[in-house]
Amino acid sequence: MLKILKSGLQTTVQDLGRTGFQKYGVIASGVMDPFAHRLANLLVGNKEQAATIEITLVGPVIKFTEDAIIALCGGDLSPRIDDKAVGMWRMLVVGKGSTLTFGEPRMGARCYLSIAGGVDIPEVMGSRSTYLRAGIGGFQGRALEKGDEVPAGQINKQQKKIMQKSTENEFDWLLPPARYFEEPVIRMMPGRQFDLFDDNSRQRIFNEPFTVSPNSDRMGYRLEGTGLFLKTPKELISEAVSFGSVQVPADGNPIVLLADRQTTGGYPKIGQVASVDLPLISQLKQGQQLRFKEISLEDAQQRLIEQEQAIRQMKAAIQLKWEEWI
Amino acid sequence: MNISFSPLGDQAIVIEFGNEINEQTEQQVRKVSALLESRPLEWMIEFIPAFTTVSIFYNPILAPYDLVKTQLAHLLTQLGEVPSVHSRTIEIPVCYGDEFGPDLEFVAQYNQLTPREVIDIHTAGTYSVHMIGFAPGFPFIGGMSEKIAAPRRESPRLRIPERTVGIAGMQTGVYPIETPGGWQLIGRTPLRLFRPENDIPSLLWAGDKVIFREISQQDYHAWEEDPDAENP
Repeated sequence: MLKILKSGLQTTVQDLGRTGFQKYGVIASGVMDPFAHRLANLLVGNKEQAATIEITLVGPVIKFTEDAIIALCGGDLSPRIDDKAVGMWRMLVVGKGSTLTFGEPRMGARCYLSIAGGVDIPEVMGSRSTYLRAGIGGFQGRALEKGDEVPAGQINKQQKKIMQKSTENEFDWLLPPARYFEEPVIRMMPGRQFDLFDDNSRQRIFNEPFTVSPNSDRMGYRLEGTGLFLKTPKELISEAVSFGSVQVPADGNPIVLLADRQTTGGYPKIGQVASVDLPLISQLKQGQQLRFKEISLEDAQQRLIEQEQAIRQMKAAIQLKWEEWI
Repeated sequence: MNISFSPLGDQAIVIEFGNEINEQTEQQVRKVSALLESRPLEWMIEFIPAFTTVSIFYNPILAPYDLVKTQLAHLLTQLGEVPSVHSRTIEIPVCYGDEFGPDLEFVAQYNQLTPREVIDIHTAGTYSVHMIGFAPGFPFIGGMSEKIAAPRRESPRLRIPERTVGIAGMQTGVYPIETPGGWQLIGRTPLRLFRPENDIPSLLWAGDKVIFREISQQDYHAWEEDPDAENP
């Protein structure tokens, strides 16, 4: 059990999202940084889709009421266990009664806490992700609060063995940490309505920096730039949007749609962020800058396949290490 | 038939049936949805039907865009064999005016009608659900009479209670969950449109026909005690 002693800024239970219900207007939700979430799960011997805790900028204080195997991947929010700094992107064994705290955000904005057995709360529509606006899924349909007791699921034989074996809480082996850049270059494909934008806007989107506005959240990041406009104003017929759609309302400032996006939208889409670069956006803090660089659909899909292969390799490496440790 | 394909990022593809909202497009969207529902392709994750498009989310690890497009194009050749999809007709009981419809007077005045005439026109129409979007179970409904069209409020309300029926421009709709919004509110239904506990969490589906029926405050309150009943 994870006992929440302090809530943090926005601490929610998430998994890889709710699929199959978007046609009923139910948003996908899920983690903002699927890469970090998946690796956090693999490190503790979970399935990739197990629920983790998404921690945003100001971390919570969490007490472990049992021994546990955990991992922290994603943004580096200076995690400490019992006031001792601990490493990220590695497996950690924590003893009963230990307390996890966070400090300054050193790199990135979102950290994923996985626990062996996964966060064990009831599924709603096939997912444990928190859908804040509808108040469903996750922990009682809301962000975690002080006093909550979040259960972890059953652990398997291997996980039990590791727990019995370990006396140290940090294993001296880690995955190569993902890097979240201060001013990332985000690869983007032209969107469905790219050609409706005027020449200037089509050039500026790939040449000028944009700043993440304070008005950004899990639903989408609002970007401020020099303004992007259509050749002629046009009412569009609403259609589906996706994780990474870059839509531009009439004020000319683009919005990158993220995990909690609505299912459909009527604004013109100037671009689509390549899936492999979504974590780079999700890990940005307000005030940071980014640039877009054009990528073809073929390349974007190729990068995704390569990333998938890399994850598979890391999974195999983790399994080898586990065998060694056991 | 004017069908085109285009990518929606690297994990989705859009099938577009022209750029006009009409019966033929609507029927095509529904036939494709029916096909995808009954014969899901192995790389398909889910799909979202809309006014003139069906967007299909897929796993590019299993199939890159070109393969997805080819297989969908092949699937579409079977469209002709799909019988016309019959619509369900869902009746939505509405208690109009007063506390439930604070903008009924405005809609009437705006159109130089009486509130009674607005209700009569609103309940006389047969409407189509083009798309569920914006919020869980929120229907985009077409077919409202121009005679009761009204602009959005200049300053949106911060809280619109769930199940409120509204008008915005030429559209009418029902808010399934409490949200902020700028629609003109004309009434409220005791029916729950969003039912997260059900296998299909939305009362209305794209392609449904909808009719509105006026009920009294008394009926409304009686119904609210059994909000999941679909018929009086």
